[in-house]
Amino acid sequence: MAKEKTKKPRKTTLVQGIRREIYKNWSLYLLVAVPVIYLIIFKYVPMYGVQIAFRRYQPVYGITGSPWVGLEYFEQFMTNYKFWDIIRNTLSISVYSLATFPLSIVLAVLLNYIPFRKFQKTVQLVSYAPHFISTVVMVSMILQFLDTRNGLVNVLVTTLGGEAINFMGRKDLFYHIYVWSGVWQGVGYSSIIYIAALAGVSPELHEAAIMDGATIMKRVWHIDLPSILPTVMIMFIMQCGSVMSVGYEKVYLMQNSMNLEVSEVIDTYVYKQGLTSTMPKYSYSTAVGLFVSIINVILLVTVNTIAKKASGSSLW
Amino acid sequence: MAKTKKAIRHTLGDRIFLTIDFFILLVLLIVIAYPLIYIFFASFNAQVTKMGLSLIPEKWTIQGYKAVFEYKFIWSGYRNTFVYTLVGTAINLFVTICCAYPLSRKDFKGRGVIMVMCMITMYFSGGLIPTYLVVKDLGILNSMWSVVLPGAMSVYNMIVMRTYFDTQIPQELLESAQLDGCGNLNFLKSIVLPLSVPILAVVGLFYAVGHWNSYFNAMIYLTERDKYPLQVILRDILIMNTVDPSESSMDLSILQSMEERQNVMKYSLIIVSSLPVLILYPFIQKYFVKGIMIGAIKG
Repeated sequence: MAKEKTKKPRKTTLVQGIRREIYKNWSLYLLVAVPVIYLIIFKYVPMYGVQIAFRRYQPVYGITGSPWVGLEYFEQFMTNYKFWDIIRNTLSISVYSLATFPLSIVLAVLLNYIPFRKFQKTVQLVSYAPHFISTVVMVSMILQFLDTRNGLVNVLVTTLGGEAINFMGRKDLFYHIYVWSGVWQGVGYSSIIYIAALAGVSPELHEAAIMDGATIMKRVWHIDLPSILPTVMIMFIMQCGSVMSVGYEKVYLMQNSMNLEVSEVIDTYVYKQGLTSTMPKYSYSTAVGLFVSIINVILLVTVNTIAKKASGSSLW
Repeated sequence: MAKTKKAIRHTLGDRIFLTIDFFILLVLLIVIAYPLIYIFFASFNAQVTKMGLSLIPEKWTIQGYKAVFEYKFIWSGYRNTFVYTLVGTAINLFVTICCAYPLSRKDFKGRGVIMVMCMITMYFSGGLIPTYLVVKDLGILNSMWSVVLPGAMSVYNMIVMRTYFDTQIPQELLESAQLDGCGNLNFLKSIVLPLSVPILAVVGLFYAVGHWNSYFNAMIYLTERDKYPLQVILRDILIMNTVDPSESSMDLSILQSMEERQNVMKYSLIIVSSLPVLILYPFIQKYFVKGIMIGAIKG
């Protein structure tokens, strides 16, 4: 062996190569082992555990010991009388939220052209602030402000001569409350990325356009928007990829017995079926969760492919 | 942002645009700031139910704050949140650095494989129940570890940090350090990390605010009330409306002012729980902005 090595020192086998590489950079492998172990335990073992969606899982038998039932739980979900309600609610909330997506771009453009520096900074400082409010506090603010008797909004309504509205009890208002409180909380913060993109637009383009007598509107349309389009596309694709998983942490807190019919979304349903009922349906709710994950991945890949073809920007 | 120093003379169309622009932003400013200011004043208002739209209270009170601090679980919640945030953020930073640094090294074989391994988890996950079962099998249910370990690393933050290492640490530094016989760990500890304080601050803040504000994992994994972080306690009081009267010295005999007190207590509670972030916010704001911009470079 040693003889052979001295004869042909250049030629190394794959195993030797790997060994040498590990010897040289052992400390990097040691470092990377930490996140790898973390990912395996908390991300990949659960992915392996997803197979309980196809089994009648019983803790005593373990994951692989539980009997295989195929698509039984998927069928059970799809034939459940709540199925279409839940799908409709989830899609309504996420598509509605997606529709407010351009608002942060508009805000970024508006901020970009305002000539008063101080004012610009103030608007930025204030509009980012709500992002740092926790979901629990946010929802309790919604409940306080929309309170039928003492809430700020109803005081305003009654002062203007209207009748107090039971906002949280009205099914037709749930989506509006959810989405617009989300806009209130997030529009400033999500504009940051577009402000950054706008700052990267080449000033020469603007100077040339000004020389040619282009108005601000024209410059926004013909210079700014095309320049930040790649960023916009990336953000849009990412949003589309999570169409089936809405902000369940907030929805869950906003639910009450009166609005449950319109506010039950897939993730809150999974949580309730899987963890809060007295007879936890592990397999069933895993199946529901997997159903959603698959749709999300399909949507992401589809939108990404379309975007790649249409505009050249894509996630991978 | 800074390219507003262009031609001083605007056309009529531009002046109309800028006027409308200004008014939209002014309205936005008011719409966002008013509720925040309102809550602040409401927490001091003795007659909060009659407050209406006005901000400045007629009668000031600190009853709300008294009630909040006399409530036992607020203190344990505060302490728990503090511990979870501290320990959680420390773990987050450690794991994130361990992942981001090797991935930023171009001579590190296997960076592609590990990157893919990370990216997959961004788009696909086992879901709630399988993750719950793992936590349960590890035997860490109802302990601090169930709150801080499952989210030990965010792939997004890791990429932000990797991009920084990639672009801000000159390759020559590594080469000359290697010539001097400096090992990888030593190089990371005494050269890379000291040079990366800004990004460590940004990513640390991303994580810390996340820990401070999260409630869902704690609600799922913790079962004992004295282990609950602040946000779960808040949820019980603010949203479920369950204040255990025996836990607080709120005077129950005066039924009439009960509602008043509960209301002012809610506003006080919102202020008290958001205070640490609110005080830090103006200072940390620019770091968050920086972090998002670094993240955006990668795209």
